[in-house]
Amino acid sequence: MLRNLLEKPWLPQPDNVVGGNAAVAVPTSAERIALRFFLAIVGVIFFLFTITFLSRSQYPDFQALAGQPWQPLSNPWQLWLNTVCLLLACASLQWAVSASGKDKADFTRMGIRFAQLFAILFIVAQYLLWQKLHGLGFFVASNPANSYFYLFTGIHALHLLGGIIALARVSLKFRQNGSLPKLAANISLCATYWHFLFVIWLLLFALLASSPETYRTLAAMCGFLR
Amino acid sequence: MAHVAIADQEQEFHEPATFITKYIWSQDHKVIAIQYSITAIFVGLVALVLSGMMRLQLGFPDSFNFIDPSAYLQFVTMHGMIMVIYLLTALLLGGFGNYLIPLMIGARDMVFPYLNMLSYWTYLLSVILLLASFFVVGGPTGAGWTLYPPQAILSGTPGAGAGITLMLLSLGVFIVAFTMGGLNYVTTVLQARTKGMTLMRMPLSVWGIFTASILGLLAFPALLVSAIMMLLDQQVGTSFFMPALLSLGEQTDYTGGSPILFQHLFWFFGHPEVYIVALPAFGIVSDVIATHARKNIFGYRMMVWAIVIIGGLSFIVWAHHMYVSGMNPYFGFFFATTTLIIAVPTAIKVYNWVLTLWQGNIHLRVPMLFSIGFIFTFTHGGLTGLFLGNVVVDLPLSDTYFVVGHFHMVMGVSPIMVLYAAIYHWFPLVTGRYLHTGLGKLHFWLTFLGTYAIYLPMHYLGFLGVPRRYYAMGSTDFIPDSAEPLNASITVAAIIVGAVQIIFIVNLIWSLSKGRKSEPNPWGATSLEWQTPEIPPKHLNWGEKLPVVHRWAYDYSVPGVSQDFIPQNMSEAEVERLKT
Ligand code: HEM
Ligand SMILES: [Cu+2]
Repeated sequence: MLRNLLEKPWLPQPDNVVGGNAAVAVPTSAERIALRFFLAIVGVIFFLFTITFLSRSQYPDFQALAGQPWQPLSNPWQLWLNTVCLLLACASLQWAVSASGKDKADFTRMGIRFAQLFAILFIVAQYLLWQKLHGLGFFVASNPANSYFYLFTGIHALHLLGGIIALARVSLKFRQNGSLPKLAANISLCATYWHFLFVIWLLLFALLASSPETYRTLAAMCGFLR
Repeated sequence: MAHVAIADQEQEFHEPATFITKYIWSQDHKVIAIQYSITAIFVGLVALVLSGMMRLQLGFPDSFNFIDPSAYLQFVTMHGMIMVIYLLTALLLGGFGNYLIPLMIGARDMVFPYLNMLSYWTYLLSVILLLASFFVVGGPTGAGWTLYPPQAILSGTPGAGAGITLMLLSLGVFIVAFTMGGLNYVTTVLQARTKGMTLMRMPLSVWGIFTASILGLLAFPALLVSAIMMLLDQQVGTSFFMPALLSLGEQTDYTGGSPILFQHLFWFFGHPEVYIVALPAFGIVSDVIATHARKNIFGYRMMVWAIVIIGGLSFIVWAHHMYVSGMNPYFGFFFATTTLIIAVPTAIKVYNWVLTLWQGNIHLRVPMLFSIGFIFTFTHGGLTGLFLGNVVVDLPLSDTYFVVGHFHMVMGVSPIMVLYAAIYHWFPLVTGRYLHTGLGKLHFWLTFLGTYAIYLPMHYLGFLGVPRRYYAMGSTDFIPDSAEPLNASITVAAIIVGAVQIIFIVNLIWSLSKGRKSEPNPWGATSLEWQTPEIPPKHLNWGEKLPVVHRWAYDYSVPGVSQDFIPQNMSEAEVERLKT
């Protein structure tokens, strides 16, 4: 890109200049470029939520969900369980990707099915966690920490749901006209998205289960101390 | 090679057969561009009428009883929001971006035509949601286009119920639409350029639209995030932004949220947004000026760099909108510095436009008139921006009519000037006919002079301390009586300028069927969009074979060549034959 910007297009140039995409050694598909931008957008969304979270965490009414032993996320065994679930989903999808690369349609289909299954399981498990917190009296509006918990997990689940739908569409198309190379390219895109959401989830997990002291330190680094 | 893979996948693009697939559910970027443009211009006219009503109230207070204080605030809000987002952003990117990108880079269409179609229909949905708020109980929101909490969702503000909800939903839907479009524009520029079209051979229009799309993709999430959180504050009762407060004498359930947080988020979107509008305008005006001055654009590389640098810097200046929010003085110092730094590449662009005109062979056709008008209005608006960028100067001027004057010169009038230049310039390409020149010149002079009559006095009102967003001033000590006739004269000018736009609409409709037929490439332009086999370009744009690009977009008046422009797709061998 930088070399491009240094070009002097007004000088006479040899007529064999290859422009457009021919200049790229390994062509990246348009879909992958678009996906990268999309991931950047999703990243920005979660980044901004996180920044507001850190800032908001320094207000006196904020009661973190972890830290003291009686707080619900101090022992986040349920979150760990859900994380394993999502990890399995990503692993299955990765398995499907490599199977499709080796021309094994059966394994590919199986991998996709497992991925769907575990991802849906993850969302259901997150929902059960919501219900549990709600039952314990941690309502959405009763404390900003709770609000953020529901917000973060909800937005994340919505993104995952989008990923599930995209994957379902891809496999439906495959069933209709069954071209494995095309499927391979498409599920590898899906896999990239899912892995990205998994990483986001790990970050959210770390953030949500941190203690007030950690928030304080992070907020201090951002200059949010009041 | 990827460009072959995308551009020549003929089987993927079927010529649409029925009227509905051709003009309604169309996936052709040119049709989508027209759909975007017509919708955007339509809401823009709504916003224009709203501004006329605001001016009536300000110029002649207490004379119109259908404008009460709530209605006034609602007009202000809807006017601002529609103009910035639903008109300018949609028209420049959805309209011109869609039309020009594939044609200028030599592609057959956007890389994701289906997504592109979806983008338009989602945009239409957002417009419908927005306009629906005029018909709900309590009317549209009156919170100001910045939608600051806590007042935006408190019952004292007009439209605090359904109005603000619809506004936030509509913005969310718009952002989804924009994201679908923006991904398309960016990917198309990166992936679908034809052979020989290096990045540095792209016309500046494409550079402006491309960079603005990236800005939009990264900045709109901030608006989305703040809209989601505000919606939750309103609907669910969370306290992201809402502080503990009394409303109508009663303690609300909100606990100590931070309204300032919203301001940061909003302006983290809001400042890049002004460049989302400005950068495509910068690009387009560069191309129009070069074409009608028959001269290569001065400092092409510098222009590209300036666009990219402005785009980058626009993310670190947002807090200059918040000098009066009580932030840390060091913060203010930082943001004042970055704000003034961004003026450097901006000024370079202005110099380069002027230097392009210098000793050019200037044809004062209507598009050129509007472009030169833009240089004036943009310079004036930019200079007042420098005033406002300094904290100490801004403090007394913030929230006065000086700010209104600044941003209307720079973000209202200037992009509109470019849009008109662009419409007069590309109308022959889109329709095969010219717009009427006489009407066009009348339209230009009345608009150009009229906007000065409106906005110059506003700076003066600002110096006097007249605050913005006030329904009526009543009598105050610090505002002299002379402000009143000044306000009345502004209103008269505004009504005239508003009415003048009818000339333009009439011209558009009349020329569509009766306008003088244009020859292909009537302005003798070099860029690819004029080199299509048919004018107006047909479905898939390029006939059998994609064009091959041999040069940059600005080979005007090359010495020794008999014709005063060399199209981008003309090879050296063909040029040799033109040499005398
Ligand atoms: C030379 C560059 C510029 C500088 C230094 C500058 C500076 C400023 C400052 C400091 C303010 C805040 C005033 C206040 O509220 O107290 C402001 C407001 C504004 N500027 Fe600029 N500006 C520049 C260019 C632009 C451009 C190019 C645009 C749009 C195309 C623009 C659009 C706006 C808008 C819309 C507002 C008002 C927002 C509102 O409060 O509703 N500015 N500008
Ligand atoms: Cu700004």
